[in-house]
Amino acid sequence: MSLSRRNFLRNSRNALIGALAFSNGAIALLAPSRAWSLPLQMLTTTEAETLLKLTRHIFPHETLEDAVYAFVVRDLDKNPATHSLMDTGLKDLNRRAGGDWLALDSEEQFRHVEAIAGTQFFETIRSTAVVSLYNNELAFAHFGYEGAKGDGGYLYAGFNDLEWLPDPAPADSGIKPRLPG
Amino acid sequence: MSLTEKQATFSHDDDDVVVVIGSGAGGGTLANGLARQGINTVVLEAGALHTTADFLADEWASFSQLAWLDPRTTSGSFRLATDFAGLPAWIVKAVGGTTIHWAGASLRFQPHEFQALTHYGPVKDANLLDWPVGYDELAPYYAVAEDRMGVTRTNGIGGLPGNNNFKVMYAGAKKLGYNCNTGHMAINSQPRNGRLACQQRGFCFQGCRFGAKWSTLYSELPEGIATGHLEIRPESHVARIEHDKKGRVNAVVYFDKNGKEQRQKARVVAAAGNSIETPRLLLNSASSMFPDGLANSSGQVGRNYMRHMTGSVYATFDKPVHMYRGTTMAGIISDEAHHDPSRGFVGGYEMETLSLGLPFMAAFLNPGAWGKDFTRAMDQYDNMAGMWLVGEDMPRESNRISLNTEVKDAYGMPVANVHYDDHPNDIAMREHAFERGEAIYGAVGALETIRTPPYPSTHNLGSCRMSQKAEDGVCNGTGQTHDIPNLFISDGSQFTTSAAENPTLTIVALALRQSEKMGQMLKQGAV
Repeated sequence: MSLSRRNFLRNSRNALIGALAFSNGAIALLAPSRAWSLPLQMLTTTEAETLLKLTRHIFPHETLEDAVYAFVVRDLDKNPATHSLMDTGLKDLNRRAGGDWLALDSEEQFRHVEAIAGTQFFETIRSTAVVSLYNNELAFAHFGYEGAKGDGGYLYAGFNDLEWLPDPAPADSGIKPRLPG
Repeated sequence: MSLTEKQATFSHDDDDVVVVIGSGAGGGTLANGLARQGINTVVLEAGALHTTADFLADEWASFSQLAWLDPRTTSGSFRLATDFAGLPAWIVKAVGGTTIHWAGASLRFQPHEFQALTHYGPVKDANLLDWPVGYDELAPYYAVAEDRMGVTRTNGIGGLPGNNNFKVMYAGAKKLGYNCNTGHMAINSQPRNGRLACQQRGFCFQGCRFGAKWSTLYSELPEGIATGHLEIRPESHVARIEHDKKGRVNAVVYFDKNGKEQRQKARVVAAAGNSIETPRLLLNSASSMFPDGLANSSGQVGRNYMRHMTGSVYATFDKPVHMYRGTTMAGIISDEAHHDPSRGFVGGYEMETLSLGLPFMAAFLNPGAWGKDFTRAMDQYDNMAGMWLVGEDMPRESNRISLNTEVKDAYGMPVANVHYDDHPNDIAMREHAFERGEAIYGAVGALETIRTPPYPSTHNLGSCRMSQKAEDGVCNGTGQTHDIPNLFISDGSQFTTSAAENPTLTIVALALRQSEKMGQMLKQGAV
């Protein structure tokens, strides 16, 4: 079987699949359905699940949905430059874990994550995640950032709605601009 | 209508034009100043032409759209060399230069800051020097700059209304006895000079879509073009400046948007490519007559590179702040900007609110960090307030821009290497500033404060500095190079010392003054 044929078969059957666990969160409100799925190009499902869990250890946000961490896996999966690094890094991680890192309990998993901190494999995941994890609408909703919603300006949408501190003296602040016309 | 649609055009062989390299605060202001005197001026801008409608409310996408991302290298002990080895500076490659990205703070330098050596005395391992131009000389140009730019709390212009991030800084400042207000900002608090008022959008760093913040893109450049004496050529990447047998510059070689080499003849050349590209260009223009680069008989081209002492303090609270709403730099405390060596350092610093969106907060909060300390802070993003600390850093001969001949840009030219070591004075000032910033937020109940290291530099200064004596610097008090009378430095590279304040207003004031003096020299046939 040719390599491309094998890849085609692999591509056609591999996906990272999950469901929103915290249905009352902001993300659930944005999501069209509770189930989510990420089609994979190069990674196997197990590799993708391992990378997702690894990313959760690197940037642990307890209540942040797996669906957001999946953006990191997506970006690692679609970057051909890092495939061999992911392959060897994951093998190394499993070897350190005595065969199956994903099967360990969380504390044991973390011990091995600490041990690989600073390696090229770890840094590639960290530097991808620090962008991918926080640069999407679901993360914005989770962390309370309004992103492109600010494009029209917050002048009439809460730019100064903080009420738990006294208002500044008028001379130290300023007045809203006149309405046009 | 596009900015360039109806502009005058000048021939490549027209050797009577002034060629200005760069269209930011220095180059854009100078070019307009010349054009208004009827002097034909060609602006060569490496970046593309955008309109305000192009600007994006998306930090990473905007960064890709606007930032100068051509290769650079770093060395030295400053943390940026580790965190962002290929990105020493966060400046803009577009028509309008970094006036698209700047936050708008427009503070005059303090009079004593023009005489740092006199007032501070010699500082070990620093290369302090007095400016050849003083505050009194520059004051009228500051006044014109403030009027042109529409700086709040000058010329009867009201302050900007304070946002949430300001409220937190303000309350803390008052508890500590500091003065604090919404500052002197070149951001319209009311519609003025054909520009709209600030809508508190919060994407100042990504380009002001409303044009409320002053930028040469939609103020100086269109005004200059309207005179019929200014032509701007976007996507024109200058590679070198040429000279004649008498050692006077006479042409600028650049690559146009198709990568084709072009040569524009010139009567005068003004370099305004920011403090990294300007010295790189002079060094890359070395010839048999000037083997060390243009205007470099002193060996000072590229040296005394400054980037300000900077740092940030972010603080988390038990209630929401939403700091990203509204002007990025929404409040200023200047009470630590004076010179008081009893604090353990010379010079002073400003404290200015700053906010980053979630994506850039992740990137810059503590570069390289991971684990629970990092994510605990990020979890508090909506309850976070932030400030930037910016102060005078020490000029040092060893902090320099040099050519890295191992790395070439797209046109085969050696790239700039940025070498910087923090001076002990910078470190002591940063520590003091961190403590004061933490105290401000602590006074209003911060749960946690986080010290954030310097971002890639937006304030790039020195590197072709003004000096009274030719052997101490590169140009005189007008920005005219000591070695070549018709070659000028027109950006922040001229700064002899950095002062504490954000540099743009001073760059503009210097450019206004330079355009006047250059105009006189041209009329008198002196250049």
